[in-house]
Amino acid sequence: MKKRKMNLKRTEFKHAMLFISPWIFGVIVFTLYPILSSLYYSFCEYKVVQDPIFVGLQNYKDLFADKTFLKALYNTGYMILIGVPITTFTAIWVSILLNNKKLKYTGVFRIMFFIPTLIPTVVACLLWVWMLQPDSGIINRLLGAFGISGPGWISSVTWSKPAFILIMIWTCGNAIIIYLAGLQDISDSLYEAAALDGAGFFRQTISITIPLLKSTILYNVVTLIIGVFQWFAEPYIITSGGPDNSTMFYALYLYQNAFQFFKMGYASAMAWVLLIIAMAIILVLFKVFKFNEVDS
Amino acid sequence: MNSTNQKVSRKRRISPSEILFKVIMYGILVAIAVCFLIPFMFLFLGSFKGESELFRVPFKWLPDRFSFDNYVKMFQTIPFFTYLRNTLIIVGFNIAGSLISCSLAAYGFARLHWTGRDKVFMIVIVTMILPYQVTLVPLFLLFNKLGWIGTFLPLIVPCFFGNPFFIFLLRQFFVGVPDEITYAARVDGASEFRIYLSILMPMAKPALATVAIFAFIRSWNDFIGPLVFLSGDELYTLSLAASMLKSPLNPNWALLLTLGSLMVLPVLILFFILQKYFIQGIAMSGVKG
Repeated sequence: MKKRKMNLKRTEFKHAMLFISPWIFGVIVFTLYPILSSLYYSFCEYKVVQDPIFVGLQNYKDLFADKTFLKALYNTGYMILIGVPITTFTAIWVSILLNNKKLKYTGVFRIMFFIPTLIPTVVACLLWVWMLQPDSGIINRLLGAFGISGPGWISSVTWSKPAFILIMIWTCGNAIIIYLAGLQDISDSLYEAAALDGAGFFRQTISITIPLLKSTILYNVVTLIIGVFQWFAEPYIITSGGPDNSTMFYALYLYQNAFQFFKMGYASAMAWVLLIIAMAIILVLFKVFKFNEVDS
Repeated sequence: MNSTNQKVSRKRRISPSEILFKVIMYGILVAIAVCFLIPFMFLFLGSFKGESELFRVPFKWLPDRFSFDNYVKMFQTIPFFTYLRNTLIIVGFNIAGSLISCSLAAYGFARLHWTGRDKVFMIVIVTMILPYQVTLVPLFLLFNKLGWIGTFLPLIVPCFFGNPFFIFLLRQFFVGVPDEITYAARVDGASEFRIYLSILMPMAKPALATVAIFAFIRSWNDFIGPLVFLSGDELYTLSLAASMLKSPLNPNWALLLTLGSLMVLPVLILFFILQKYFIQGIAMSGVKG
C-alpha cells in the first residue's frame, strides 16, 4: 500500500514535470540564462563585433561617474517619489468614488477610466506630443481659456517631468480596476458599524478602507514602480530624453547604450544596478506594508 | 439589523447635504472622465481634418467637413496592409503560444500534487516582477547568434514557453475547480493529459479568453520588442511604423492620427465586445497577487 502510494506520487511528479516542461525550458533559456550572462557581460567590454573582454568592475565605476546615468537615476527616482504617489492617490480616490453604492452609472465611468490603458503606447505618445505643444497644444489652450498661461511642458526642463506624470495618471485604469476589486472584498457591515458610531465618509475611508486595502495598494505600487523602471516608449517617442536630459529615464539610457552606442557590457551593468535597486525597493515596501505572504 | 430599521435609516439619509455630496461626487467623476477621454476625441476627429486645420487658432473640435482624404493618403504613402499582416502574424502566434504553454504549466501547478510545487511556483511570481531590461541585452545577443534578428522569431518563439502572468491567471482558475469533477475521470483511468484537454480546458474558456485578450493587447501594442529585434521596413509592425512616421523635424500629424485611429479601433471594438473578460482578468491579477 505504502509502495503504491510512493509510485503514485512518483508518476504524478513525472506528469507534472511534463506539463510544466515548456515553462521550465522558457525560464532557463529566456530568463535565467539571460540574467546570469548579463551579470558576466557587466564585467566585460562587449561591442558585439568583438568577443567580450573582461574588465572587472570598470563598467560599474564608469556608471557612477557618468553624468547622464546619474541624471537618469535621478529622473527615475523623481518619478517614483513624486509620480507614483500622485498616481496611486488619484487611482485610490477615483475607485473609492466609483465604489460608492449611492452613485449610479459607475460601470460607465469605470470603462472611461480604463480605455486609455488600451490604446497602443506609440499612439498614446504621439497624441501627448501633440496635446502638449506649448503654443498650439490643447492642454495649454484649455489652461488659456481659464486665464492661465501654460508652461512649455515637454520643451521645458522644469515641466517635462510633470508632463510625464500626467501621462502616468492617464494610464492608471488598470490600477483602478484592481482597487475596485479590492474594495468590493471589504464587507459592508464594517461601514455600517462605523456609520452607527458616527464616523463620516472621510473617517471611514481612513480607518477602514485604506488599512484593508493594504495588500492591493502594495501590489499596485510595486507594479507602478516596475513600470517606471521599464518606461521606454514614452520618453523615446515623446522627448528622446530631452530637453537637457530632463526626461532621460533609466530604460531609455539603457537602450541607448545597448542599441545606439553598442556598449553591451555597460548596458548589462546598468541592467544589474536596476535589478538590485528594484529588488531593494520591493523588499523595503514589503517590510513597510508588513505583508509577507505573496500567495497562500 | 432588521428591514424596518434599514428603511428608516435610509430615508433619513436623503437630506440637502446628501444631495450636495452626490452633486460634488458626480462633478468630480465627470471632470476626470472628460480629461481621460479628450485625447480620443482628438484622435478620431483629427483623422478627418486637414493638416492646416489641425493647428488652427482658435481651435475647433469638429472638422469643417468630414473628409476621408487622410485615410486615402495613408494607404497610398505607407504599405499599411504589409504592416497589418506583420502585426497579425506576431499577434496570432502570441495568442496561440500563450494559450498552449501557459495552460499546460498552470495545470501542472494547480491540479497535480508534487513536492516543492509551491516553491517552484514562487519562481513564477518572482519572474512576474522582473524588469525586462535585465534580460533584453543577452536575449538580443542570443537571438543574434541564432541569426534570428530581422525575423519574427524573437517575438514569437518565447511565448511558446510560458508567460508568468498568464500562468498565474490560469492557475488561479484551475485551483478553483473542485476535485470531484476530475475524480470520476481519474478512476476511469483517463490520463492526466486527457483530463486537462477534455475536462479542464473546456471549463476554463472564460480564463482562456482573458489570456487571449491580454496576449492580443500586449503584442498589438508592443513597441520595444519590434524596435530591438526587427530590422527592415518590410517586417515593421503597425506600432513601429507609427513611430517612424514621427520624424522630429516635420511630423506628419494628419497621417499619424489616421494610422493611430486605425490602430485603436480594433482594440476598442474587442474591449466593448469582451469587456467582462478584461475586467475579470485584471481584477483577478490584483486580488491575490
